[in-house]
Amino acid sequence: MNSKRPVNLDITTIRLPLPAYTSILHRVSGVILFVGIGFLLYGLDLSLDSPEGFAALQECMAHPVAKFITWGLVSALLYHFVAGIKHLLMDIGIGEEKESGKTGAMMTLAISVVLIVLAGVWIW
Amino acid sequence: MVTNATNFSRSGLSDWIVQRVSAIVLAAFTVFMLGFVLMNPGMDYDTWGDLFEQTWMRVFTLMALISLLAHAWVGMWTITTDYLNDRALGTSALVVRFAVQAACGIAMFTYLVWGVQILWGL
Repeated sequence: MNSKRPVNLDITTIRLPLPAYTSILHRVSGVILFVGIGFLLYGLDLSLDSPEGFAALQECMAHPVAKFITWGLVSALLYHFVAGIKHLLMDIGIGEEKESGKTGAMMTLAISVVLIVLAGVWIW
Repeated sequence: MVTNATNFSRSGLSDWIVQRVSAIVLAAFTVFMLGFVLMNPGMDYDTWGDLFEQTWMRVFTLMALISLLAHAWVGMWTITTDYLNDRALGTSALVVRFAVQAACGIAMFTYLVWGVQILWGL
């Protein structure tokens, strides 16, 4: 390879393609879930502790702020799930090319948005 | 020479497999929980408690939790080594990265012990 070719390794100056954004979102949703697990374990602990604990959690979850946080966590989970399935499909060789990769990223976003909206309807 | 001492299994290929296998366990658990909650509208304490009384459910939940921790370690390691690097942080990168990874490790271990405590009611 010609070593005199200009090389740009400064990622901040490169316009990222759509699959790069879905990949970053996959990472962001993963971090959100990692932190969120603490809240989920707290909820599980309370819900299994006693009927009173279960009722207290139900009451807490009925609060609009709690519903919003729940929706946020469920959204992160749904997106991470869908993007993860796409990853597994790519592992077996589906959607690895430039064009199909873009289609896969668009499908990941579209399917996630539909699921996230459905989750919102379910929660409220 | 690249020396990675903080990744999950000392091997990229092995980490890759761990990430996939744990993902499948987590996907199965997610689908199961979603299905259970959707099929039991107006969930009460008895239905919920009975589910987690079952040994298989405790095993399944603990399996999901352990998968989650392995999955999260590989994920958080990837993120910390990608972003908390010399380019972003200069000479303090190693210390910051190690501190964040240590915090992740402490959180994961706490989640695990807490999860066992919840499931077996110690």
